[in-house]
Amino acid sequence: MTGAILSALASHWRRNRLQLLTLVIGLALATSLWSGVQAINAEARASYDAAAATLAEGRFDQLLPRDGGFIAQELFVELRRAGWLVSPVVEGRLRVGDTMVRLVGIDPLTAPPGSTASAALDRTDLADFLRAHTLVAGPETEALLVANLPNPALRNTAVAPGTVLADIGVAQKLLDRTGRISRLIVLADQPLHQLPLAAIAPDLMLQRADDASDVGRLTDSFHLNLTAFGFLSFAVGIFIVHGAIGLAFEQRRSMVRTLRALGVPLRRLIVLMVLELVSLATLAGALGIVLGYFIATLLMPDVAATIRGLYGADVAGTLQIRPAWWLSGMAMALGGALLASASAVWRLAQMPVLASAGGRAWALASGRTRKLQAAVAVVLLAAAGALAVAGNGLIAGFALLACLLLGAALALPSCLAAILRLGEGQAARAMAQWFWADTRQQLPGLGLALMALLLAMAANVGVSTMVSSFRLTFTGFLDQRLSAELYVNADAGTDRAGLERFLAARADALLPVMSVDATLAGLPAEIFGARVGYTYRENWRFLDAVPAVWDEVEEGKAVVVNEQLSRRAGLRVGAMLALGPELSLPVAGVVGDYGNPSGQAIIGEALFRQVFPDIVPVRYGVRTSDPEGLRRALVDEIGLRPASVVDQAALKAFSMSVFERTFSVTGALNVLTLAVAAFAILMSLLTLAAMRLPQMAPVWAMGTTQRRLAGLEILRTVLLAGVTAALALPLGLALAWVLLAIVNVEAFGWRLPMYLFPAEYIRLVLFALAAALLAALWPAWRLARMEPTALLRIFANER
Amino acid sequence: MNARAWHCAVALIVLLLGFGNGFAQGFAGLGTDAEGFSVPEAGKQFQFPRDHGSHPDYRIEWWYLTANLTGPDGADYGLQWTLFRSALAPAEAEGWESPQLWFGHAAVTSALTHRATERFARGGTGQAGVTAEPFAAWIDDWQMAGDSFDRLRLTATGTDFAYDIAMHAQGPLVLHGDHGYSVKSAKGQASYYYSQPFFAVEGTLTLPEGEVPVHGTAWLDREWSSQPLAQDQAGWDWFSLSFDTGEKLMGFSLRDIVGGSFTSATWIGADGSTTSYGDGNLVATPLETSRVDGRDVPTRWRLALSDRALDVTVGALNTQAWMGLSIPYWEGPVRVTGTHPGKGYLEMTGYEPR
Repeated sequence: MTGAILSALASHWRRNRLQLLTLVIGLALATSLWSGVQAINAEARASYDAAAATLAEGRFDQLLPRDGGFIAQELFVELRRAGWLVSPVVEGRLRVGDTMVRLVGIDPLTAPPGSTASAALDRTDLADFLRAHTLVAGPETEALLVANLPNPALRNTAVAPGTVLADIGVAQKLLDRTGRISRLIVLADQPLHQLPLAAIAPDLMLQRADDASDVGRLTDSFHLNLTAFGFLSFAVGIFIVHGAIGLAFEQRRSMVRTLRALGVPLRRLIVLMVLELVSLATLAGALGIVLGYFIATLLMPDVAATIRGLYGADVAGTLQIRPAWWLSGMAMALGGALLASASAVWRLAQMPVLASAGGRAWALASGRTRKLQAAVAVVLLAAAGALAVAGNGLIAGFALLACLLLGAALALPSCLAAILRLGEGQAARAMAQWFWADTRQQLPGLGLALMALLLAMAANVGVSTMVSSFRLTFTGFLDQRLSAELYVNADAGTDRAGLERFLAARADALLPVMSVDATLAGLPAEIFGARVGYTYRENWRFLDAVPAVWDEVEEGKAVVVNEQLSRRAGLRVGAMLALGPELSLPVAGVVGDYGNPSGQAIIGEALFRQVFPDIVPVRYGVRTSDPEGLRRALVDEIGLRPASVVDQAALKAFSMSVFERTFSVTGALNVLTLAVAAFAILMSLLTLAAMRLPQMAPVWAMGTTQRRLAGLEILRTVLLAGVTAALALPLGLALAWVLLAIVNVEAFGWRLPMYLFPAEYIRLVLFALAAALLAALWPAWRLARMEPTALLRIFANER
Repeated sequence: MNARAWHCAVALIVLLLGFGNGFAQGFAGLGTDAEGFSVPEAGKQFQFPRDHGSHPDYRIEWWYLTANLTGPDGADYGLQWTLFRSALAPAEAEGWESPQLWFGHAAVTSALTHRATERFARGGTGQAGVTAEPFAAWIDDWQMAGDSFDRLRLTATGTDFAYDIAMHAQGPLVLHGDHGYSVKSAKGQASYYYSQPFFAVEGTLTLPEGEVPVHGTAWLDREWSSQPLAQDQAGWDWFSLSFDTGEKLMGFSLRDIVGGSFTSATWIGADGSTTSYGDGNLVATPLETSRVDGRDVPTRWRLALSDRALDVTVGALNTQAWMGLSIPYWEGPVRVTGTHPGKGYLEMTGYEPR
C-alpha cells in the first residue's frame, strides 16, 4: 500500500514540475545563503583561533618589556634559574618576496603544552624544526616560503594565515635580533618556590591572560552582521518554501480525500508526506550547501581583506570544508522545510474525510488570518519599540532587529490591503475598479513573496546605509588622525636624538607619538602625550568640547578622551579624570575614535614627559610639503628601513581599498537577496496563474484582450512591488539606525553618525522594480499567448 | 594537540636521539648506530674532576641521583634528581645553535604518595648545563652543585613539592664493569659508568602537608654513551641496593623482546672495593606485579647472586611510584629483606600498557 500511496503523492509533483522546482530551488537558495555566510564565519573564526594559538595570546600570562623594546636573552635564563617557568618568543615582520609575514620564533622545549608550537608541530617535525631551520606555515604562506627562502618549509593548517613559525634561533637570525626576545610566555603551572619578579626583572611587566587583546571578540560584531544577513536571507527563502509547500498541500487536498476514502490511514499518509518532504529538503539542502560553498568561495577573499584591514586579523582567503557550516546548513534546510510545512500538515490532519476539496481556500486566506497576522505584527513592533528604549546589550540589539523585521513583514499584507482599498475608492471606471479589487484579491497569494521582497529591500537599505555611513565617518576620522604626511617608526636601536634633530631640521612640524598603558576609571586604556600644534588645532573634530580645548591641553590643564572611554566611564566634558595617584584633570573634549576598541586619554607633551619621564616616542608624525623626498632622505641618510617610514597617502589608500572590498561584499549580498525575492515573486505568480484563470476568463469574455490583461498583470506586480519597496525604505532606515546606534555602540563602544544616501535608495528601489518586472514578464507572456480555448474551457470546468 | 600529545612529541625527539630507546617503549630501529658520535671503548682512564662534567661528543649522558631518606617520625621517603643530556649532533655551540638538549626529572616518594615533575632546556643558552670544576649540574632552578664532587647541595621544585638537601661523600667513587666500561648487551653495546654510592644526606622536603626534615643516604650514578641498547632489547630493571652491613650492590637486567635477559652486577664492599659480575651471575625474578598506569609492573623481586650467597626479596615502598612524564617509567625506593637486609632504589622501563 505504501508504494501506491507514494506513487499517488509523487504524481502531484509530476504534474506540477514547476512547483517542485520552486520548492527545491527556494530551499536551496535559502540554504545556500545561510551556509555560505556560516562558511565564511567558520573560516574566519578558525583563523582567529589559529592566530591565538600560534601567538599564545589570551590563554597565558606574558611578560613584556615596560619600554616596549626587547628583552635580553640572558634575562630569560635568569628568570628560568630563579624558578620562573617562562618560554621565550621573538616575533617580527619579515619580507618574503613581495609580502610581509609575521615571523614567530619559539623554543619548543619550554613552550607550554597546548600553545604555539604544540599546535603546529607534530612529532616527526620537531628534530628538523630544531636542526634544519625548518619554517612552518599555513598552505598559502608555505607556498610563498618555498618560492622565496632557502629554508625547508612545512605546511600546517594550524598556523594562522600570514604567520610563519620557526625555532627561536632561526627567527632571531632572520629578523636580525640575535640575543633578543620580544616577550615571555608565563606557563600556567609555576613551581612552589620562585623569586619575586621585581627582584629579577624590574623592567618587565606581567600582562594577565585576560588583558590581552582578543581578536575574536573584536570581530564578533562583523560576524554578527554577516550572520544577521545570512539569517535574513534564510527567512526570505523560508517564505518561498512556505508558499510552495502550502500550495502543494492545498492542491493535494482532493487526492488526500480520495486516498483516505480508499482506506489509507491518516497517520500513515501524514508520515509518508513528511518523509517525502524530508527527502526533498535533504536534496535541496545538499544543493544549497554546494551553492553556498561557491558563494563563500567567491566572497571569502574580500571578507578576508576586510577583516585584515579593519581589525588587523589575518584570515585565510581560501575556504575549507568544515562540518560546522555544512551541518548547520543541512539542519536549517530540514528545520526550515518542516517549519514551513507544519501548519499545512496540521490542517490536513484536522480535515474531515468528506470535506469539500476546496482549492480556493488557500488562495483566499481568510480575513481572520490577516487580522491575526496584523495583531502579531503590532505586538512585535511594540516589543521592538520597548527594546529600543529599554534594551541593553548586544543580544537585545539583535532581538530588536528580529522583532522589527518580523513585525514589519507580518504587517505588510494589512498595509498593502489598506493602500489598495484607498486606490479602489479613487477609481471611477469599472475596469480600474476591477483592477484594484483584483489586485487586492491577489494579496494572500503574493503576500509571502512580497514579505520576502520587503525584507530583502529593507536589509539592503539598512546595510547599505550602515556601510556608507561607516565609510564616510571613517575617512573623516582618517583625515583627522593621519593628518601628518609621513609616519616614522623609531625601531629599537635607532639613534632617536639624531633622528629628532634630522626631522626638526627638514620637516615643517614634528609630532612625537608617546603613549603608555594605564588604567583609567578602572578600565584598561592608553594615555597619549600630544605636541599640540596647528595639526591638532585644524584637523581634530570633537563630539563635544569646551572652547579653546587645545590650549587647555597644551598648558597641561585638561585632558581629551576618546568616545570609548567617555561612554564606558561615563565621562562628559567637565568631568574629572584621574590619570595617576596625584594627577586629576578635567575632560575638555570628547573625540570620536573609530580605529580601536580601547579607551584613550590625550594630555599635553610637557605634562606627559613630566609624569612619564621614562617613556620615549616610538613613532613620529611628520608634516612636510615633500613627503617623497623626506622619505628617501630618511632611508638613504639616516638608514631607516623603508618599512619604518609610512606614507600617509599609502595608508589611506589602503584603508579605502578595504572599504571598496566591503562594498563589493555588500553589493554581492544585495543582488543575491533581491534575486531570491524576485524568484519568490516569479514562483508565486506562476502558481497563481492557473488558479486565477476563473477570475480572468469573465473579464476576457467581456471583451478585454489577452494582451491588455497581460499588461495589467505586469502593472499589478510592479505596483505591488513598488508599494512594498516604498514601505521597505523606512523599515530599512530603522534597521540602519538600530545597527549604527545600538548594535555598534554595544559592540564597539562608539556610535556611528547616520548619513542618508537617497541616490543609493533610488537605485535599490529600481533594482526591486526591475526584479518584480522580470518576475512578472514570463507569466504575463504566457497569459498573452494562451490559447483562447483554455480561457473558454474555464466556463465549462468551473468547479 | 593536547598537552599529553605535546609531551609525547618532546619525548619523541628523545627517542630520535636514541636516548630513550630502552627507556620508553619500542625501538623502531631508531638511533642504534653512533652516527658520528664517539663510542665508549674499553681501557679508558677516567680523569676527575673533568669527567664529572659533560661529554658532548657522546650522544647521551646522565647525572642520576636517588636517596633513601627517613623523617623525624621514622617514615621512609625516596628522592630522585636526574639531569639528562641528549645530543642531536656530536658538538657544542653557542646559543640556540647548540645541538645539546637537556631535561631533568625530580620526584619525592613516600609510602602513600609519589610526586614527579620534569623540565626541558636547550644547551648553549645557560638554562641548563654541567661544569666539572667547581662541580655544578643544573636545569632552571634545579641544581646539584658544590666546591667538590664530595660535598654537594641538591635542590629542585615542582608545583606541589620541593627539596633542598646537603650531601657528603663517605667513601670513594666506584667504577662499574671493566674500570668503568660497562657492557650492556651480548653484541657489545657499552657505556662509561661510575657511581658515588656513599653519600650521607641531610635536608628538608617541602610537601603539601609541610616541611619534613630528613636524613639518609644517596647514590649518584654517572653514565654516558652513544650506543643505546641493542635492537632486540625491550627495557631494563635496575637495582641499587645498600645493605645494613655497609656493602652495596648495583645490578641490572636488560630484557630482550623474546623473554631472555642480559644481567650485570657490581658488588661494592663497605670500603668501596668492587667486584664485577658478567651476564648470568645475577638472577632477578619478578615475584609480584602491581597495576600502574594501565600496565603490570613487577614491584616485588627475588634477587640472587650465588657468589656472594645473596638471596633477597626487594619490595617497593610505594608500588605506584610511576613517573608519568614525557618518558614514562617506574622509579622508587625499595626495602630489602632476606640474607642481606637493607634499602635501595629500583628503576624499571619498557613495561607496555595492556
